[in-house]
Amino acid sequence: MWSGRRGLLRPLGCGVEELRCRRREREAALRKARREQQLVSKRLLRDEATEEAEEGCVVVILGEAEIQEFLRLAQRGIEEKERERALVSLRRGLQHPETQQIFIRLEGSIRTLVGLLTSNQALLQLEAARCLHELSHSEQSAVAEACLPATSYLLTYLSGHSSDFIELCLYTLGNLIVESEAVRRQLLPQGIVPALAACIQSPHLTVLEALGYALSQLLQAKEAPEKIIPSVLGSTLPQHILQLLQPGPKLNLGVAVEFAWCLHYIICSQVNNALLITQGALTTLGLLLLDLAVAVQRTKNAGLELLVCPVVRCLSNLLTEAAAETVGGPVHLRDERVVAALFILLQFFLQEQPSLLPEGLWLLNNLTANSPSFCTSLISLDLIEPLLHLLSVSNVVSVLVLTVLCNVAEKGPAYCQHLWPGLLLPTLLDTLALSDTEVVGQSLELLQLLFLYQPGAAQAFLQQSGLQALQRHEEVAQLQDRVHALQQTALHG
Amino acid sequence: MQLPPALHARLAGAPGAAAPLPVQRDHLAGNAPFRFAARQVRFPREHEFFEDGDVQRHLYLQDVITQVAAEPERPRVPEFTCQVAGCCQAFDALEDYEHHYHTLHGNVCSSCKRAFPSGHLLDTHILEWHDSLFQILAERQDMYQCLVEGCAEKFRTGRDRKEHLVTHHLYPADFRFDKPRKGGGYVAGLAEAASWAQQARECADSCHLTSRPASQVSTEAPGEDQAPPEGDAMEVCSEHAEAHPEPPRERRVYGHRIPSTICFGQGASRGFKSTKKKSKRL
Repeated sequence: MWSGRRGLLRPLGCGVEELRCRRREREAALRKARREQQLVSKRLLRDEATEEAEEGCVVVILGEAEIQEFLRLAQRGIEEKERERALVSLRRGLQHPETQQIFIRLEGSIRTLVGLLTSNQALLQLEAARCLHELSHSEQSAVAEACLPATSYLLTYLSGHSSDFIELCLYTLGNLIVESEAVRRQLLPQGIVPALAACIQSPHLTVLEALGYALSQLLQAKEAPEKIIPSVLGSTLPQHILQLLQPGPKLNLGVAVEFAWCLHYIICSQVNNALLITQGALTTLGLLLLDLAVAVQRTKNAGLELLVCPVVRCLSNLLTEAAAETVGGPVHLRDERVVAALFILLQFFLQEQPSLLPEGLWLLNNLTANSPSFCTSLISLDLIEPLLHLLSVSNVVSVLVLTVLCNVAEKGPAYCQHLWPGLLLPTLLDTLALSDTEVVGQSLELLQLLFLYQPGAAQAFLQQSGLQALQRHEEVAQLQDRVHALQQTALHG
Repeated sequence: MQLPPALHARLAGAPGAAAPLPVQRDHLAGNAPFRFAARQVRFPREHEFFEDGDVQRHLYLQDVITQVAAEPERPRVPEFTCQVAGCCQAFDALEDYEHHYHTLHGNVCSSCKRAFPSGHLLDTHILEWHDSLFQILAERQDMYQCLVEGCAEKFRTGRDRKEHLVTHHLYPADFRFDKPRKGGGYVAGLAEAASWAQQARECADSCHLTSRPASQVSTEAPGEDQAPPEGDAMEVCSEHAEAHPEPPRERRVYGHRIPSTICFGQGASRGFKSTKKKSKRL
């Protein structure tokens, strides 16, 4: 999945605390960006071998004259080694934003670089591509957009055979794609979707991961639902994506992560999910979920949450489609292993990434809402108590847990019977002691169902000082009607 | 969160489920003031519910999160040379060789030795340059195919195709894989290619190593960055060409553009020495 060469976490004397701090800052910046709907990230691919050789070298800002000299040597040097070295020096310089600025303002520089990219000197081609890649990674729009003249060639090379080169072209394209709608308006007519559809048949995992990245960037675009996703759905890409997500020994984590996110962007855009279902998306994703639940028990710190998250999202959203009722696979067949798997993953989230718990519970809601079968699975697999244990995590999680419990309870007495007595009553009384209106509100809903379907529930509630617990909320606007109703039921039956 | 011990075993077991318990609802359930109704929920892409997961995804893209299972290191092998006849490039890593091979020896036209970045472009080249039937058919129907994969458009002339590439596909007007052939007929076979290459080689020995477009014969000012790169041999014919060999004036022009098929020490294949009969596609 990750090669050492993608490492950007070069210690360089950074302490652990500094790294954590940097991570917190980045996280905050990303949250802000997402709220402004500007969440874009570029991927930088730097060769580890090259990095090692360059360790200790400070990235120097190159001036105009130096850049021109390097370009001249690269283009017209006599010896191939000399030409290559010139490009390597240029590439190193281009790691610095200031060099990038100088470079793009130099007349003819991009043209020369594109010329080298399309030359038939293999190593020069590679170095020229690396230069372009550095430029594409820039956060300055002007720098990234300077790469536009190269896009038709980058796309042409996707049908080639050199996997390293194709990988580089893909990451460069992926970076350019997120740059602006203007760039995408050029790439789409240039045929990026058919080019990717052809390239996805490559057997090279590095190429596939890069392709998944580029495609995910394309699908994440704001205009994707109208302008991009329809043509992606019309291509052979979805079938190949689903194939790459098939669980089994051939599943590669890095590749799967990228394509799972691709699928998520497609599905949550709700363009034509029925098509994906007919292509077997629900079946594949259901089986993959089972596989992941096994995997998380086996491997520690594998970054599996990066794959579990989009898979959960895809499944959950697909379940809401009408077409979901008509297909096979573990989900449709109400295979209780799906519920077992989900709980193992919930436990995994609790340990590794608690912020993802709501998403897992959302899937559980969508599985249980209209399904007596899955509700029964929760009971037959003894999962009610573990579910109750999640109530202390956060308000959002609590609301979702209570919703799932309501899904079970609303199916009638046969279900409520299994919810009672156990920990449910004391737990509910605890939640009533909270002040979050939504949590309390959902607890009241559950209580109504229990009073309705479970004989003795109201009685036990009274005996455990339930009325006092309710009193706290008598004055709260959103709660008072329900509080009074419950008080009446408890007292008068 | 303690999971029942049997759960893991269940996951590993066979598909299946217990029979669902009977559903029996009371009409009072969820009645006002209560409002619960079991229902599935879907979230659209920008919903804030996805914020945490999205942020994690982007942290990953930015390579900040701890990395996982490292890929095996690229093995270095004892140095070896390219096995293609006439090519003397040496390598110590398979990936470098792979790139070299595919750039220079893969997708090579066996008639004129030009290398192409993809099989698609090679096929188009062979069709338009070396297929005598093509020229005949082109007089009557649209034969020049669009170069963009996935576009099925065909055109009467190379020029029309270029027009289409530029206006419809936003390709650059000087797209290197769609250069018009200047002067001279299409190269029909190995022998002709050999003699043409021979002429070029003779000229090359006395010419400066850089290529210039056929139209420019004068030397360029030093230090200029606008010159096209050396050896752009990836061409697809975009003009209907005469079937006759080039006049002497044209030979000189060819001499300025050194084809990649001429190896000046490293890289390109020197395939003319071979007289084996080959199919058009290598």
